[in-house]
Amino acid sequence: MSDTSVDTSKRRFLVTVSSAVGGVAALGVTVPFVLSMNPSARAKAAGAPVEVDLSKVEPGMLMAVEWRGKPVWVVNRTKEMLDMLTKNDDKLTDPASDTTSQQPEYCKNATRSIKPEYLIVVGICTHLGCSPTFRKEIGPADLGADWPGGWFCPCHGSRFDLAARVFNGSPAPTNLEIPPHKYLSETKVLIGEDQGAA
Amino acid sequence: MEKLLNWVDERFPLTASYKAHLSEYFAPRNFNFWYFFGSLALLVLVIQIVSGIFLTMHYKPDAALAFASVEYIMRDVDYGWLIRYIHSTGASMFFVVVYLHMFRGLIYGSYRQPRELIWLFGVIIYLVLMGEAFMGYLLPWGQMSYWGAQVIVNLFATVPFIGGDLSEWIRGDYVIGDATLNRFFAFHVIALPLVLLGLVAAHLVALHEVGSNNPDGVEIKKLKGEDGHPLDGIPFHPYYTVKDILGVVVFLMVFSAIVFFAPEMGGYFLEANNFIPADPLKTPEHIAPVWYFTPYYAILRAVPPILGSQFPGVAAMGVAVLIFFALPWLDKSPVKSIRYRGPKFKIALALFVIAFIGLGILGVLPVTILYTWIARVLSVVYFAFFFLMPWYTSNDSVKPVPERVTDK
Repeated sequence: MSDTSVDTSKRRFLVTVSSAVGGVAALGVTVPFVLSMNPSARAKAAGAPVEVDLSKVEPGMLMAVEWRGKPVWVVNRTKEMLDMLTKNDDKLTDPASDTTSQQPEYCKNATRSIKPEYLIVVGICTHLGCSPTFRKEIGPADLGADWPGGWFCPCHGSRFDLAARVFNGSPAPTNLEIPPHKYLSETKVLIGEDQGAA
Repeated sequence: MEKLLNWVDERFPLTASYKAHLSEYFAPRNFNFWYFFGSLALLVLVIQIVSGIFLTMHYKPDAALAFASVEYIMRDVDYGWLIRYIHSTGASMFFVVVYLHMFRGLIYGSYRQPRELIWLFGVIIYLVLMGEAFMGYLLPWGQMSYWGAQVIVNLFATVPFIGGDLSEWIRGDYVIGDATLNRFFAFHVIALPLVLLGLVAAHLVALHEVGSNNPDGVEIKKLKGEDGHPLDGIPFHPYYTVKDILGVVVFLMVFSAIVFFAPEMGGYFLEANNFIPADPLKTPEHIAPVWYFTPYYAILRAVPPILGSQFPGVAAMGVAVLIFFALPWLDKSPVKSIRYRGPKFKIALALFVIAFIGLGILGVLPVTILYTWIARVLSVVYFAFFFLMPWYTSNDSVKPVPERVTDK
């Protein structure tokens, strides 16, 4: 009790250190809460591959199936539709599909598909995730006389041709995504799994 | 009775608080029409909390049950339709009142020194309110709920590098799903309302610390009478409590008319597509956010992608909202109120109002090349109002400000 002077520097040191340690602990506690908002194990497991029977898709028609909660379109393109594709090249942002993230290597070709007639594509606009509308008719009034058939996104007006390639001047930055898929037989396709090395 | 009051006052500052915030809180005597909207915002907040509590008693935050539970509220719960329409109308009216309240701040310079913090708290309230409205809109799990949320959450996916993980973290799934609905429910009914209440308290504490501005932009505390009260001040109670009650009565008449006769407001308060259950495989033909978000939505659509990235449009939209924070420091005018401002500010403000409303209208219309160009012009006007403000407010010709408030 003889020494009444206060060692302020020691006191300040202790306050600083305990505040810092407390702060680190508080930050650490937020980690489990933040991570709890990530997709759960169940959500991750739900992304199983989907099998599709192509014989059900008539020529010129589109069938939508669900894969990982997203719409995947299976389109049976007619000869005329395929012939139109090459004429679009100069109006497209990425006609040769050079953006590698948008399709597996085996679909980086003129038709963006394994078999030319069957286009399999994720029906989610690369702009902000709407699902574009299938507009296969040629030159309708609302899309203009030079519309070659394809998809029109009602949300922000992005346009895609029948190989799901984006037209110049659309808000969407890239072509629609081709999901990994492989043929199990002539008419059966498995969406969600890559085609083997064969 | 007096004994009881004394007993309380010795333990809790009841009489002192009543005096400080009501009977001896002096507000300028020249408040006009524009000063109704602060108290009305408070009223709508109470309406939303009360109606919301009763909705949660019947609503089910589950992707498989949500849509049906809302229809159940509408058809089978006694007066459920009324409570739900009160809540949905309240959401839109909240923004009506808040936009008018913000416009009041804009014309009378209520954001200027020494009220910068009141303004900042207010802008944060506005942001939280947008989050609250957006998350609440997902809950009915209709087509518009679903695709609106899909578009807005994907805005975060455009952020360079971390975007993909960020949007997955927000959704809790690869697409908008049950996990998203559940967490939005948690945010909508508990997290954001708590934040909102705290912010409203801060907004009011800051206001009562410095005192209200007024249509003349004169500081009434500068001139005080012998009793120590501002010469141009009158006690909030009874003068402004009575005035605000008049506002409440008129407001509730309008509010009830909407609830009972036009709860969908021709598709602007409740969109037709939202009466169709959410379908992840089919986007509605024409998708538009609810009217109060459309100005920003129009700005988003107006900006073309740059270098193959949609981020610039998203950034422009973000800046369009966040720029309000900078307002107190962008305005260099020597006067506060529009009454003493020069022509440059008046023209700029008029153009801004036209741009804001114009963008709001364009935001609900479908995309055409012409509309996109109009939206681009209006977006430039919108930003010019803020970014050029230091210039046109500093060299504007202003009128002399009187010492005391006027009786106009």
